[in-house]
Amino acid sequence: MITLTGVRKDYNSDVVIGPVDLTIPEGGVTALVGPNGAGKSTLLTMAGRLLGLDSGTIEIAGYDVTRTDSKDLAKIVSILRQENHFITRLTVRQLVAFGRFPHSKGRLTTTDEEVVSQAIDFLGLSDLEDRYLDQLSGGQRQRAYVAMVLSQDTEYILLDEPLNNLDMRHSVQMMQHLRRAAEELERTIVIVLHDINFAGHYADRICAVKDGAVVEFGTASEILTDEVLTRVFDTPVTVIEGPNGPLAVYY
Amino acid sequence: MAETTTPSPRRSAPATARPERSSRSLPTRRSRIRYWTIVGVLSALAAGFGFGLLTWDNPMPVGSDGFWRIAEMRSTNLVVIAVVAICQSIATVSFQTVTGNRIITPSIMGFEALYVAVQTAGVYFIGVAGVVALQGLPQFMLQTAVMIGFAMVLYGWLLSGRYANLQVMLLIGIVIGGGLASVSTFMQRLLTPSEFDVLAARLFGNIANADASYLPVAIPLCLVAAGLLLVSSRRLDIVALGRDASTSLGMNHRKETIRVLFLVSILMAVSTALVGPMTFLGFLVATLAYQFADTHDHRYVLPLSALTCFVVLSGAYFVMRNIFYAQGVVSIIIELVGGVVFLFVILRKGRL
Repeated sequence: MITLTGVRKDYNSDVVIGPVDLTIPEGGVTALVGPNGAGKSTLLTMAGRLLGLDSGTIEIAGYDVTRTDSKDLAKIVSILRQENHFITRLTVRQLVAFGRFPHSKGRLTTTDEEVVSQAIDFLGLSDLEDRYLDQLSGGQRQRAYVAMVLSQDTEYILLDEPLNNLDMRHSVQMMQHLRRAAEELERTIVIVLHDINFAGHYADRICAVKDGAVVEFGTASEILTDEVLTRVFDTPVTVIEGPNGPLAVYY
Repeated sequence: MAETTTPSPRRSAPATARPERSSRSLPTRRSRIRYWTIVGVLSALAAGFGFGLLTWDNPMPVGSDGFWRIAEMRSTNLVVIAVVAICQSIATVSFQTVTGNRIITPSIMGFEALYVAVQTAGVYFIGVAGVVALQGLPQFMLQTAVMIGFAMVLYGWLLSGRYANLQVMLLIGIVIGGGLASVSTFMQRLLTPSEFDVLAARLFGNIANADASYLPVAIPLCLVAAGLLLVSSRRLDIVALGRDASTSLGMNHRKETIRVLFLVSILMAVSTALVGPMTFLGFLVATLAYQFADTHDHRYVLPLSALTCFVVLSGAYFVMRNIFYAQGVVSIIIELVGGVVFLFVILRKGRL
């Protein structure tokens, strides 16, 4: 369970995130949606302790993220930012192996190697594992980053717009991978998404953020309505019944 | 070992043909052979240059008492070269790692500008006697301490504030360095030619600048700082992933960065106070070491960079001393030959 209580971040007197109170239950995929600049990524990065909060508390599985030792948190929660650029030249496998650092401190055991192999296989990267990251396409690289997060073997996984820059096919594959991770590996995945239809189809719960506050939180069917989406995104949205569930039409 | 370099589909390969899927830093047999071959060649070169420096042009018959005495005196230079090599290489590789930038060197943080300013001020205010006044063990220790203090104030102030930012820290370091350099240039304009001449000799990286009496302080400082960085190789690997990724992996990124920068400042201060500015050396050997090692793993890169640095430095010193008879002024040849080698390697490989 991820609990945000009175969380606040002041960028300047005009831009204030929060105070946010939110409880994200265990299990499944929770999508954070909302317009640009609403504070989705800010909330996610604060939960992942990459950004400090100005007031309030965030607890993940009962651990206060600002007080708990980063080393211990790294075994509970992992976070992947939108932009990942490493100066080091790594193979896919070496990158994924870094995910084991919180457990092995860099001395990989046989068990660690097995977990790394599983993460790589899980995301279908087995044939690419000896390739260098700069030899991969954007979609493959994104999968490699997610494999690294999976090999960290944390119950909670926070992803900031993992579909950024992915085409249709890779976006769908990525969401399918994440769904499987939530179901088969029983992870709790919180993900920032831009496309409301992806959120509607793949997420168990949707949290709508607007102007630094959580305005809606519920299941996909609760959020995917004309009234809610029009209000959240400040743009006329019509929800129609598609072949695989509701579809938001906004163009 | 039965590992193959051909990209065979590993599922269909029998379990014994592919022993394990391993995340080693040197993943293939070929890369391991390559690494150790390079280590071997560099070691041979290091030994060759070291031996050459001790024995070349030694007027006494080999094996005689006088021969050994001369070799012993020359061995001080060799120790200085080793200290500087370790300092410059380990400091630069670590600095590049924590700043996430492969094309800078710690000397841009104002260490050398500070050294130049101190030396120039000495001559400016006291005259030629100033150079002498700045020599000696207490002065060496003081100068080292000032440089470390300067670096720590800068890092501590810039990395712990609300707007803590490495890029800002680098920029301010460069600006301060530039400011100090222009103050030095200004003072140098006002010196008499003879004073300037004396000063200029101190401002080239020069092995002969080093005083053997500094070594009892310089060696332990260098070994402890370099040792601590080597021991934290695995953490440096993580730090190299950047702030966000390393935090997610449970690393206290800011604390680790300041710790590494502190050790880097010790190494740079020792090296600069010992032999003077070596701006290009660290950058050159760090880049070469990454090309040679071809891995991200600091456990392989750091020792290789120190070895490379020793070869470059002793080679340059050997050439300067025995071919050009320009004892010790190594920074000139390092920048010339090093620059060419560097361009060659980069252009051939096409990446940093």
